[in-house]
Amino acid sequence: MATVDIELANWALDEARRKGASAAEVLCVTAESLSAGVRLGEVEKLKSSRERRLGLRVFCGQSSATSSTAELERDSLGDFIANTVELARLSAADPWAGLPDPSMHPKSLPELSLADPDSGIVTADRALEIARTAENAALKFDPRMKNSEGAEFSSGRGQILFANSQGFSGEYSGTSYTLVVQPIAQDGDAMQQGFWYTSNRRLGKLEDAESVGITAARRAIRRLGARKIKTMRAPIVFDPDMAAGLIRSIVGAASGPSLYKGASFLVGQLGNPIAAPGVTIVDDALIPGGLGSKPFDGEGLPTSRKNVVDKGVLASYLLDCYSARKLGLAPTGNAARSVGEAPGVSATNLYLEPGIYTPAQIIGSVKQGLYLTETIGFGVNMVTGDYSRGAGGIWIENGELAYPVNEITIAGNLKDMMAGVEMIGNDLNWRSSTVAPTIKIAEMTIAGA
Amino acid sequence: MSNELVAPDKFFLNRFGMNHGALERILGTALERKADYADLYFEYRSAEGLGLEESMVNHTSKSVSHGVGVRVCAEDRTGYAYSDEVTIDRMRLAAEAARAIADQRGTTPAAVQVGTPVARHALYDLDSTPLEVPVQERARLLNEIDRVVRASDARVKNVMASFTCERKIVMVVNSDGQVAADVQPLCRLNVTVIADDGKARQMGSYGGGGRVEWNYFIENDRWREYALEAARQAMVNLDAVDAPAGEMIVVLGPGWPGILLHEAIGHGLEGDFNRKGVSAFANRIGQKVASELCTVIDDGTIPNRRGSLNVDDEGTPTSRTVLIEKGILRGYLQDRMNARLMKMAPTGNGRRESFAHSPMPRMTNTFMLNGESTPEEIIKSVKNGLYAVNFGGGQVDITNGKFVFSASEAYLIEDGNVTRPVKGATLIGNGPDVLTRVSMVGNNLALDAGVGTCGKDGQSVPVGVGLPTIRIDGITVGGTRA
Repeated sequence: MATVDIELANWALDEARRKGASAAEVLCVTAESLSAGVRLGEVEKLKSSRERRLGLRVFCGQSSATSSTAELERDSLGDFIANTVELARLSAADPWAGLPDPSMHPKSLPELSLADPDSGIVTADRALEIARTAENAALKFDPRMKNSEGAEFSSGRGQILFANSQGFSGEYSGTSYTLVVQPIAQDGDAMQQGFWYTSNRRLGKLEDAESVGITAARRAIRRLGARKIKTMRAPIVFDPDMAAGLIRSIVGAASGPSLYKGASFLVGQLGNPIAAPGVTIVDDALIPGGLGSKPFDGEGLPTSRKNVVDKGVLASYLLDCYSARKLGLAPTGNAARSVGEAPGVSATNLYLEPGIYTPAQIIGSVKQGLYLTETIGFGVNMVTGDYSRGAGGIWIENGELAYPVNEITIAGNLKDMMAGVEMIGNDLNWRSSTVAPTIKIAEMTIAGA
Repeated sequence: MSNELVAPDKFFLNRFGMNHGALERILGTALERKADYADLYFEYRSAEGLGLEESMVNHTSKSVSHGVGVRVCAEDRTGYAYSDEVTIDRMRLAAEAARAIADQRGTTPAAVQVGTPVARHALYDLDSTPLEVPVQERARLLNEIDRVVRASDARVKNVMASFTCERKIVMVVNSDGQVAADVQPLCRLNVTVIADDGKARQMGSYGGGGRVEWNYFIENDRWREYALEAARQAMVNLDAVDAPAGEMIVVLGPGWPGILLHEAIGHGLEGDFNRKGVSAFANRIGQKVASELCTVIDDGTIPNRRGSLNVDDEGTPTSRTVLIEKGILRGYLQDRMNARLMKMAPTGNGRRESFAHSPMPRMTNTFMLNGESTPEEIIKSVKNGLYAVNFGGGQVDITNGKFVFSASEAYLIEDGNVTRPVKGATLIGNGPDVLTRVSMVGNNLALDAGVGTCGKDGQSVPVGVGLPTIRIDGITVGGTRA
């Protein structure tokens, strides 16, 4: 069986040129994983996987095509490369297409500790034990914890190898470990799910399984008895996960492809204030062990740390080479790549810089408003910034969390929402690749009864 | 059409050097620790995509993927292992990984004897798929769409169009000795238009497709309809005013607004959630969950539809399942495992995204049957309300039953007339309750144009929805105008 290595990658690059390509890139991904789940204490599922794929982008002058295949024997790969070159010839010549300026490739790559040196794939027995511990802690937390969608532990290991025809090549490996718990609280006919997780590149740095289970149970129980509230305008406190979702939307609108297509409300806003002065959003690819860290981007360019929003001002877009050329700017090392797709753009490790307030101070500042802990649906229009989503959380009365609410929506426009960020919490916690502390938005429309 | 496509089961046996004896031995390995059931799912998928932006077809792509998934079930446990190397050795390793779940729990099955392929529907036996149409011809159509849209209105700022097509060859072999194989073509044409009138900027999107030939897009100028419809939606939204906020009467237009049924009803009736008692619909068969005007169906057997399949991804022929009959909850959507555990019959709804995923109960084409009102009567009956005709995505929390779907084109109804367009807004409701508020059902059932994709537990599968015009007496509309 063919293995995916630099030798195969170089052979594929040569083969593309022999078939008539003027330039080419190869991306090889190999991955294996094992996940195990329990439900109500019993083993429920076990899943094991192995994958290896090769992705190709070829250029014939300014025309290009991308492709991917799992057939890595040289005979069939040769035919596949020929077909890809043929497909590139049939695409329109695009003056902005092409590999990066060769002088921009890094000479050396940073060491980012993306793989756990002590643990690889965790055995099924150990994975089941971790999942069982977490679910059991959730189920015995309260007599109302009566059912469960289970708990699952997964571990994975992957390797990325990238090479292009102008001499750049690089590779890196990473590991990841994730525990998810989804218990259900029941009171009479009412049921509410709790959901909590922990994720890290190092097994030893995961949050303790028992406390993940307890948090999931607490989150389920605090939703019991949720009611609808009246339609009104009110302040909204976004919990850290909800605030992270919000900055993800903002940064999506600051990504090159949405901008050059005119499909973003941030078109032409570079250098302008787009948020309250306290808002600084950072994209940092170089955090050691970060879930979103990478030593080079999807086109072989160096990655970096930069402020996307700096004290409320839109300071940087996120760009790959193509969108950078179209916008007349320099690429930012944010090209993202999945096998078989042309480069896209994504943030790496993204965070909202913490402020000075404790979450309790923020909630305490609200006379009447919503503490937002969940949203549902996809109601964000990136072209206009209009925002309307299903919501749930806890109603705040006189600075105190009073009772759960659901079956409501919150609506506004992302521009107004970002300008209305009144308080930023000090509770930044790196749980995922996009994180934020608690924030308070001055006012939005809540639709209910 | 080549031979391999006439007999998809032979395709795998030939291509990967398998024979019945080898498959029987692998299934035997999978069952060694007393499982109830095991299956092998083989998949070979070829896909191509073309994309146009700024009047250039500058994105072209192709992919070939293949792999095999081995599943072992024992009671309510599932072991699953997959590999994209389709070799006897890899399959044996996968079988050993998957069977670890069994733990001597199941019954000891008899030795497996692989039989001949089971009967299947013939819902999309195409003479050719769009993959066989020259790339230049597909590119020409995208360029023509760009030209037509730009000529239609000076406010068009950008046009994006894409055409994607795939052919999936699948084979399922299970421990009952059944073999099912299918060739599944699927394609989709999509148009997105950005409009700008100097004051506002808006987007409109439309498209369609299914398990159809290239000519489907050409006949009756269907491509032109998609193009102009995307442009029309963008233009309507340029004039949209703020949407209202609060509970109100909502009239849903025909076709794609059927996403209501998919979110509010469909997911909650999937067998796995009901077996586990985690759905808001659990234990409610026979109860009234909708007004008697409502009959809701899931039908995987409609020819050429995006959500249809000859056999599901466990090899069961798809079927037409009545979910709600005149307001009464009648049935769940089942895969084999959940059907067995709930002592019900499989309904042909066991689906998976690819060989890398274990099957689950999923919807196919979900729609409501016609009522007797005309669409005009329904709108005339509303003094103040919202008329929503196009939607983006939706989502549901199956445990508490709350669901959303987001309108992308909607109008106010004032004194029985459709008046001003309003900005997009999310609608939120309670699944077990929303259809009890349906007070009128139109006689104009339409299925969507063929663009739906449903996500569940990280797996995406193509689906369809449909609806006649309906009136709902009270659902919360999430606009900004309080």
